Amino acid sequence: MSATPPRSRRGLYVAILVLVTAITAGVTALLINIFERKAEVRTPYVRVVEVSEDDTDPAKWGKNWPAELDSYKRTAITTHTRFGGHGGNEAVPEEKIVRDPWLKRMFLGYAFSIDYRDRRGHAYMLTDQEATQRLTKPQSGSCLHCHASIMPLYRKLGDGDPFKGMDATSKLTYQEVSKMLHDGGAIHPVSCVDCHDPKTMALRVTRPGFIRGIQALAASDAPVPALASIAQWRTGARDRAYDPNLDASRNEMRSYVCGQCHVEYYCSTKLPLTFPWGKGLRVEQIESFWDATTFADGAQFYDYAHQETGAHVLKAQHPEFELWNQGIHARSGVSCADCHMPYMREGATKVSDHWVRSPLLNVNRACQTCHRFSEAELLARVDVIQQRNYDLLQRGGQALVSLLDAAAAAKAKGATPEQLAPALALQRRAQWRLDFIAAENSMGFHAPQEAARVLGEAIDYARQGQIAALAALAPAATPSATTPAQGSAAAPSPAQGSAAPVPPARGSAAPAPH
Amino acid sequence: MDAQAARRTLHARRWLPIVVAVALGVLLGIAGFTFRYAEGLSYFSTDPKACANCHIMQRQYDGWQKASHHGVATCADCHLPKTFFAKYRAKASNGWHHSKGFTLQDFVEPIQIKRANAAILQASCLGCHEAMVHELVSGARTDRDAVECVHCHAGVGHGERAGLGGPLREDETP
Repeated sequence: MSATPPRSRRGLYVAILVLVTAITAGVTALLINIFERKAEVRTPYVRVVEVSEDDTDPAKWGKNWPAELDSYKRTAITTHTRFGGHGGNEAVPEEKIVRDPWLKRMFLGYAFSIDYRDRRGHAYMLTDQEATQRLTKPQSGSCLHCHASIMPLYRKLGDGDPFKGMDATSKLTYQEVSKMLHDGGAIHPVSCVDCHDPKTMALRVTRPGFIRGIQALAASDAPVPALASIAQWRTGARDRAYDPNLDASRNEMRSYVCGQCHVEYYCSTKLPLTFPWGKGLRVEQIESFWDATTFADGAQFYDYAHQETGAHVLKAQHPEFELWNQGIHARSGVSCADCHMPYMREGATKVSDHWVRSPLLNVNRACQTCHRFSEAELLARVDVIQQRNYDLLQRGGQALVSLLDAAAAAKAKGATPEQLAPALALQRRAQWRLDFIAAENSMGFHAPQEAARVLGEAIDYARQGQIAALAALAPAATPSATTPAQGSAAAPSPAQGSAAPVPPARGSAAPAPH
Repeated sequence: MDAQAARRTLHARRWLPIVVAVALGVLLGIAGFTFRYAEGLSYFSTDPKACANCHIMQRQYDGWQKASHHGVATCADCHLPKTFFAKYRAKASNGWHHSKGFTLQDFVEPIQIKRANAAILQASCLGCHEAMVHELVSGARTDRDAVECVHCHAGVGHGERAGLGGPLREDETP
């Protein structure tokens, strides 16, 4: 009887047991958590399938690199910023040429006057191209250099040499090359294999157009302050061509892979796909490259003849890589991927965010890793830059429309091609510069001062052209009146601009409300 | 009846303490192993490698290797107070916050220094440089807006500011 322990003592033992059990469970959970974090660091990925140069399907690569594929797939999500991305409804982005009628006017005579919409994410690059109304006009197979993961086809068409294969597709129609890709059974938009070596996952460039272009740039003597490996290569023996995959730094590769497509190029049927970098990356260097380029028939290079004036004009594509090269971020060694694919953390590891999108949607990872300001402040700074660029751009659009009005009127009243030639040469200059900034997808942010300089020149050339067109009609026009407008094959020297007449101030030049 | 109940309680009296003792032993064993596995002892050292154990501060650690203070100061020299009590108080408080944040993965990125730690840092700057800067800064930090050395000399410790953005937040995907 006296052996019966007090009930409270038994209760205490049970309570301690329950408590110790709970703590042990907690500590074990912590142990497992630490184990997992350590494992993440030790094994950043597990190769469960082998991938090769011919695997263009991102889903297969995603078995080995699921975090990257996850974020890549998010490029299908609709995003927009104040100036970028698609307005319109979920299915169809808004028409840029309806929103800004001067764009349509500028592109008359070219397929972009039929259909030119806001961009969507990487996931749509192929389907949007297959759906565009521009395909109602003949289009070259060169377009698929960038809109599809095309390297296996290039190697096939070139008997192993992708350069030959690419040149072959420029002579085919878009539909023919597209059919080859579809018949091959694997047609995908930009894919892992386009930028990554399947054996090592190292960044590499594959596109023949880019490789030729960057080699021509390296071989020139144009300054390249943002591309140190080119400057380095130039000081060497130069016994072989610059090879981005060998010579470029890892950080440069983080821009080069994007520069395979986000650039200015010619991609119609009269020439193989050409990246115009043989004289440098600045707007007037590219212009002088095009001016010095001739077609097989000996005629000076042009993209299209303007429907109203007949001017042989250039179409700028989307020169993001070129404009970025002129900006402070490039000069400071900030790559495309640093802002558009910033590192993000997954557990104890870091991955590049493959949801390529505007840094404005990702200020925390894209900007704040370097800039010590609040998100609101950084967004406000960008907005100031982009608003200024937008205002200048709209003013440029008005100026160009004035030039087109004057030239069309002169033509209608019987001005001869000789009389109109100076105005049309200036139209080519003005339009090239205006389009260079309008088509570029950063609303001036990639190089704000450079963008303003280019737009300033565009407006000046447009007004000079307007004066030249008015002078063509004037019965007593003296030869000296048109002198400043005489366009030569070479790019105009800056000194010529300073001697040009001042365009008359006009109220109509105010930016159009948007 | 009585005898049976007595036998039962006698039985319980014998095994209950044993079970509790075994459970305590298991806990001690697992906890000890976890502590060892998590390199718990390293946190009592001043080895900068310990600060990058969980890799969140890998960039700061890498940057420090190349920064101007590399030869004269380690993480602990700038980020911990000098006196024993204050030093272990700071270690304990930071240790708790860092472990909790890393385990639950709920901290804000890019990581930012907190007010109390900024005060420790400022004191450390003055600890070495006071003789040169005493005309510029008063040691007292009663003014919350007093300018700190690293406001301008941001790169002396671990180079340019460079951090990682965190994983996607829920509000970032539709």
